[in-house]
Amino acid sequence: MDVRLTVEQQQLRDAAAKLADDLGPGSVAELADNARITRLDRQIEATGWRALRSDGASGVEVAIVAEEFGRGLIDAPFLGPVLADDLARHFGGPAGATIAANRHAIDARGFPRALRLDGTTVSLIDLDGAGTAIDLTRASAEITGSPVAVGDLDSDAAQRWVALALATTSADLVGAARGAHTLACDYAKIREQYGKSIGSYQAVAHLLAESLALIEGSISILRHAAWAVDELSPAEAIRAGRFAKVYCARAARTVCETAIQVHGGIGNTWECLAHVFLRRALTSTQLWPVKLEEIDVGLP
Amino acid sequence: MDFRDSADEAAFRQRLRSWLSLHARDFPSSGDEYWARQGEWHSALYEGGFFGLSWPREYGGQELPPVYDVILDEELARAAAPPRPSLGYLVAGLSRHASKELCSRFLPGMINGTERWCQGFSEPGAGSDLASLTTTATREGENYVINGHKIWTSYSDVADWCLLLARTDPDAKRHRGISAFIIPMKQPGVQQRPLQMINGVTTEFGQVLFDGATVPVENMVGAPGEGWPLAMTVVGHEREPSTLGYAARYGKLVRQLAARIDGPADEELAWAAVQTEMLTHHVRRRLSEQLDGVTHTSDGSLDKLLMTWVEQSVGHAALAVGGIDDPNSLSAYLYSRAQSVMGGTSQIQKNIIASRILGL
Repeated sequence: MDVRLTVEQQQLRDAAAKLADDLGPGSVAELADNARITRLDRQIEATGWRALRSDGASGVEVAIVAEEFGRGLIDAPFLGPVLADDLARHFGGPAGATIAANRHAIDARGFPRALRLDGTTVSLIDLDGAGTAIDLTRASAEITGSPVAVGDLDSDAAQRWVALALATTSADLVGAARGAHTLACDYAKIREQYGKSIGSYQAVAHLLAESLALIEGSISILRHAAWAVDELSPAEAIRAGRFAKVYCARAARTVCETAIQVHGGIGNTWECLAHVFLRRALTSTQLWPVKLEEIDVGLP
Repeated sequence: MDFRDSADEAAFRQRLRSWLSLHARDFPSSGDEYWARQGEWHSALYEGGFFGLSWPREYGGQELPPVYDVILDEELARAAAPPRPSLGYLVAGLSRHASKELCSRFLPGMINGTERWCQGFSEPGAGSDLASLTTTATREGENYVINGHKIWTSYSDVADWCLLLARTDPDAKRHRGISAFIIPMKQPGVQQRPLQMINGVTTEFGQVLFDGATVPVENMVGAPGEGWPLAMTVVGHEREPSTLGYAARYGKLVRQLAARIDGPADEELAWAAVQTEMLTHHVRRRLSEQLDGVTHTSDGSLDKLLMTWVEQSVGHAALAVGGIDDPNSLSAYLYSRAQSVMGGTSQIQKNIIASRILGL
């Protein structure tokens, strides 16, 4: 048993983190900076990370990039095309698609079509341009055209894909939580009331300490789910993904809410990035959602 | 990255399972019955080759990586056997701070179970603020004479020895006036008073009154005034992932509760199951990080906080499934309340996280 990241995985994490820090939005105003988004989009395309799975990458590696991109509020498509690539690789399906879940396609900016998995059938769906989104960093598009079946997966591959979707949306949640927490800690160190930084008060400090514990727990359960995608049986991989999704979703919501609270009045304004993290977390929670009643409590 | 056992780990697990299939059911695993026979259980585990796995070989351990302790915890829970007696923090405290002579004299008996131990740190007036302790040790010839009142002393009534903190220099700054001793418990100057916990259990914790008890000078651990660093080592190790490897125990309780319900799980139980799963993987991650030689001093506070949340959510699940009329469920629930106090309160852990990790 050794669940450390390999050296290559650490390098991938560092590269994804650097890209996110260099080109992600540093403020709400920068969300409207289209020149930055174009540069970001080109950079991601250049890394080839949207085709990680067909390049042989593991679930762990996809989760590593997804987590760093969530942390950096990366507002160019990643998860959608990666998940589409993981479907298409099994039957030589179309490249250049994002992914759809139910009636919505995610990461739709610049992607005119989406793949969707129903059971073991993969359909291709035309999209009607990117609409607005709850998530200010990832455009979703409503499905307008009729789905056209383009391929079939065996049940093993279909289940592993579901496990990947659960693990990578969990990774996005962990990233969003980390980003929101860093924002809140930075603010707690500079914002002063009663002549002292607010982080020096236990009432504030304990909220942020709890958030860090939730993040550490999330990282651990996520790592297992991401590993399970390729290493456990498909049913076990989905089970691991469900557990991680429930934990990471609850943790991320609490951490983002804490970030808003620590920012006080400003945290409740549009200009503060805290709600951008929260919106992203809520969106990733609702993608392939898992409810507590779906949890198999008979632990193995 | 691999969450599975290595070949060696799997072979160890298999050996352990065979042993447990023969011995596990001989011993009660909870309540006063467990505490009453804990010494025998300790010896049986040691004789079987399953105790002190990660501790120094020269003192009776096997110097295996700490993951073996976790395998032991998992298999004990799986077999419904009693938990592993927790002594890791005392072993760590002595091996790091005691002289070679003291280690050679005391660690083998501690590890093989022939001598029983307790830890005399907390006092009625010194809980979170441990350095305010007032028990005194006064030099008289070749002995120190101990006067004071200790509390929350696990297994004090059966202990042969106590790792005791006492003030040797009343004029020194408070952290610097404290020394550590290995004091014999079976002597006239030591009086025991049991503490009854809120679940009714009486044998786990005790109060100890030291009234002119004596300890030989050579039983001081380290130099006079060097008790505080030892205390910090001990409490730090109380929060180590392998030391607090209770994930398996929580999993056992969750499984037992799950077996009692028809249809969809209660929300409290489902959440307890999710958190237990988290803790299982969290312990694995922490132990893996130790392979890099990373020592988790302040991170132990994060782990302790997570463990506390898990235990208390399992307690809520026990209450939700069993109700207050089921004595085992009620006891598990009531016992879980202590987890956010013992080994450093959750509030103290959050202070440590905020100041030492977050730099707030």
